[in-house]
Amino acid sequence: MDMHNARDTGAARREDPWYDALASGWGETDGTAEGPPRARPPAAQAVYTEVHASAAFQEVRRRYRRFVFPAAAAFLIWYLAYVVAAITAPQLMARPVVGTLNVAMAAGLGQFATTFLLTWAYARHARLRRDRVALELRWVTQEMTRRHGR
Amino acid sequence: MTGDQRSLALLLFGVFVVATLTITAWAGRRRHGSPEEFYTGGRLFSPMENGFAIAGDYMSAASFLGISGLIALFGYDGVLYCVGFFVAWLVVLLVVAELVRNCGRFTLADVLAARMRERRVRIAAGISSVTVCVLYLVAQMVGAGSLVALLIGETGGRARAWTVIGVGTLMVVFVALGGMRATTWIQIVKAVLLMGGATALTALVLIRFRGDLDALLSTAAHNSGHGADFLAPGLKYGGDWTARLDFISLGLALVLGTAGLPHILSRFYTVPTARAARRSVIWSIGLIGGFYLMTIVLGFGAAAVLGTDAVRTSSAAGNTAVPLLALDLGGGAGSTGGTVLFAVVAAIAFATILAVVAGITLASSASVAHDLYGSLRRRAGCTPRGEVVVARIAAVGIGVAAIGLGLLADDLNVAFLVGLAFAAAASANLPVLLYSLFWRRFTARGAVWSVYGGLLPAVVLVVLSPVVSGGPDAIFSGVDFHLFPLQNPGLVSVPLGFLAGWLGTVTGPAPADVPGHAAQHAETEVRALTGAGAA
Repeated sequence: MDMHNARDTGAARREDPWYDALASGWGETDGTAEGPPRARPPAAQAVYTEVHASAAFQEVRRRYRRFVFPAAAAFLIWYLAYVVAAITAPQLMARPVVGTLNVAMAAGLGQFATTFLLTWAYARHARLRRDRVALELRWVTQEMTRRHGR
Repeated sequence: MTGDQRSLALLLFGVFVVATLTITAWAGRRRHGSPEEFYTGGRLFSPMENGFAIAGDYMSAASFLGISGLIALFGYDGVLYCVGFFVAWLVVLLVVAELVRNCGRFTLADVLAARMRERRVRIAAGISSVTVCVLYLVAQMVGAGSLVALLIGETGGRARAWTVIGVGTLMVVFVALGGMRATTWIQIVKAVLLMGGATALTALVLIRFRGDLDALLSTAAHNSGHGADFLAPGLKYGGDWTARLDFISLGLALVLGTAGLPHILSRFYTVPTARAARRSVIWSIGLIGGFYLMTIVLGFGAAAVLGTDAVRTSSAAGNTAVPLLALDLGGGAGSTGGTVLFAVVAAIAFATILAVVAGITLASSASVAHDLYGSLRRRAGCTPRGEVVVARIAAVGIGVAAIGLGLLADDLNVAFLVGLAFAAAASANLPVLLYSLFWRRFTARGAVWSVYGGLLPAVVLVVLSPVVSGGPDAIFSGVDFHLFPLQNPGLVSVPLGFLAGWLGTVTGPAPADVPGHAAQHAETEVRALTGAGAA
């Protein structure tokens, strides 16, 4: 599957206007303010617009955003709360929990634990909920682009 | 350090240098000189290889010796510091790695230019990438000079200068001749050595305390002279409110900056797909997390076994805590085991420095050649092969500049430079990256504003900060023009970077008036999430 996919990428790349735009014609846009974007084959862009509007793509996008945005907000708030607590309330953080383990040490180890846990959860979510549909969409998009390229 | 230790350490340095040069020669055989090969090593590394290389790129000598030294001196505040370095990887995993792999080809600027298609965006991103790299590189070079001098026991200026020159020359050779393939393998070898060394020392510490972490912590607290305070925050970052705000600023820069470091982003292009990029980040999170946990054990172990005073006597910044701990764990000064362990730790620190500086040099030479030279000279007919030649020359130029700056900054306190590099990456690179991947309305004007609006405040605030002027430890201690109280600009410059990107976008022409804006956004999103047409 992977092999097949990799070969497909190689073949598509040569006819890919995006690649050409980056590889060669890129400097042709002049740097003046708000100049018109470089003319590109409208067909290729139409393919992307069409795929973007498709239900399958919107579903992948929704699944990705619905996992990532809350998760990112949660761990950033948790990290900032930890840092702010350590800096502003050291007495609270110094409170013993068990033996030599105090709140600060437990919270620090908690940061490690939540990072590992979220990594695992994200990998699982991506593997089970996104990868298959994304791969199919990639295949479809490249097929459509190639047909338009001819 | 005794003569035996020094000659053994130098022998091991030599072995590592020979091994890395062999890798470079091997990677340079059958060279084609294509950009794909030079910048990405052919995009054929496996996730595990890339995960080790990312870890090798990220874990600097400052992490290995610096953080454990910080813990040995100040206890819990060192733990507080290293958590930021680790949690930052969640930003990389969740919102950056896969999308950057799908949308870009060689550099950070590729991701932005792919959507904006404007030269000024690429130039802005190129300038900020090179700035971040140079800041980080100078910090590493100066650190290398004092560290190696400390480890081999030659504290004179001459040994430091030769170390800076030697490290600079080697990194130029690795990058200019071996490109990404050699750099990656050097980082993999270094990551294996570092993890192996840290694991062995951690095991010895745990054996010493019979696996009883409670006993380890209470002995550390007792031998530190601070008692229970040693295990709670406040010894280093708990001074007046300026110092406390400074740490919050640093914490913000660390957690958001990692995802904007050019040498980390360029590593995602060395694997074939976004899925492989995700798996390599998962590998690196496992390695880096395990490494920092071991660093914590080593730091408290050094405090418990040696005592904080002994560590401070040897080096005021605590950088010799781990080597001294190794000496003690191996059987003490004069014993064979101690000599060998000390020399091994010194050699690992040296390997670490070399691998990190090679990665940064490669990323900055890619930015110079691909983003700056490429867009300025395209009209004159610059071929991909010519661009690689420029990149190799740029690597030499950057190496010479880094050696020069490293020698000039030799006596200066440059520890703030690492924090500054992270702050600049978080203020200039991350906002523009997130906006162009996730914000439909974002425009080229907003991108340019975002990069400069984050980069300039970061640099200007540091120039106006107490690290440059006004204090006894400042770079220019004779004059005082400091207006900004904090050492790290992140708390101000990161919000400014986001604000500037937003302002530049909403004050420009509405996207509905720009032809193709919606289609370009749709194309970016489809490419980012599916990998269609990825390089």
